[in-house]
Amino acid sequence: MSVSKPEPQDVLDWLDDVPDPEIPAISLVDLGIIRDVAWRGDTLEVTVTPTYSGCPATSVINFEIEKALRERGVQKLELKRQLSPPWTTDWLSEKGRAKLEAYGIAPPQPAGGPKHCPQCQSTDVERLSQFGSTPCKAQWRCKSCLEPFDYFKCI
Amino acid sequence: MNTLHEFALRMGDNVLVLGHRVSEWCGHAPVLEEDIALANSALDLIGQTQLWLGLAADAEGSGKSADDLAFLRDAWDFRNALLCELPNGDFGQTLMRQYLFDAWHLIMLEKLTSSNETRVADIADKAIKEVSYHVERSRDTVIGLGDGTEESHARMQAALDYLYPYVGELFVSDKVDEAAAKEGIAPRLEDLRGAYDLAVAETMSEATLKLPESEFAHKGGRTGTMHTEHLGHLLTQMQWLQRAYPGATW
Repeated sequence: MSVSKPEPQDVLDWLDDVPDPEIPAISLVDLGIIRDVAWRGDTLEVTVTPTYSGCPATSVINFEIEKALRERGVQKLELKRQLSPPWTTDWLSEKGRAKLEAYGIAPPQPAGGPKHCPQCQSTDVERLSQFGSTPCKAQWRCKSCLEPFDYFKCI
Repeated sequence: MNTLHEFALRMGDNVLVLGHRVSEWCGHAPVLEEDIALANSALDLIGQTQLWLGLAADAEGSGKSADDLAFLRDAWDFRNALLCELPNGDFGQTLMRQYLFDAWHLIMLEKLTSSNETRVADIADKAIKEVSYHVERSRDTVIGLGDGTEESHARMQAALDYLYPYVGELFVSDKVDEAAAKEGIAPRLEDLRGAYDLAVAETMSEATLKLPESEFAHKGGRTGTMHTEHLGHLLTQMQWLQRAYPGATW
């Protein structure tokens, strides 16, 4: 029996359609957590790196990956966890950054704070809290339009 | 003696017990932002617990899981520093405890990134990003409350006086620590003290708080010789479900 083996790039394209469970505006590939897709014999190995070590979305993410690939007909699948090098927001795709901003979440900046308010683009912003609604975000507020907003922490 | 198992147990129990303590604030913090911050910090620590206790279980090779180690050991088998199990007290005391631990944790993890045991270095690489963020917040809060109102200053000084005698234990080596240092798994604990004292002195000076002069140190948590009476109470809550309904999953 011959088993069809989709190209790793095709698998990555499929995973680019799987939304992050906590921030559905971006895909798992945009988030930069899919580190590798490769065949080992007739088993497809997908290497995933966690964002934050305690992020409760991690198990949901694994479930979503498995579901998406099973639907595409992948029979033998192994999800591998890779800790090192640790995930960094530098791995967010350009597409992902733009989608975050359009969704109302300021994308990470090396300076450690948002470039501007994702609603009105004002640079007059202040931090409310270093932590936010998920481990990867902090709470900020725009002093021009007075809207609070999430900032994707730069790590 | 299985050095890697014992060492990973100590690292894991520190973050498990402190993570559980911090999670007790969930829904009780003075303002919503602090509630979220505390819950997020607790989550990071519990996440790190899964990595360390997972390693401890692997190193032991007895087929146990990180969950087995967390939920099915009794107080005398825990290897956390006493500082981590002390009660929350008020918000200031919680953040003072967090700062005194975070400052040590960060220095320890920095050293562990060059451990010759790859699994240890990998966990340290991951955890250090979260812990750098924790210490930034706990340090700012200690300074804000210490150099705050008369009331907040007095409470922070009381917290420091109560907690500081538990700091010394973080720097006292026993046979496990000596073996870990000799095998290149971990640094010598005594070697971390200089950087720690410098960082803490600077923070307390900015916070207008006075470090206690006595060098007396409560010990016994990391070696398991003697925990405080507080750990047992914490475990009765944390382990209740697995004790009452063994093997329960959902």
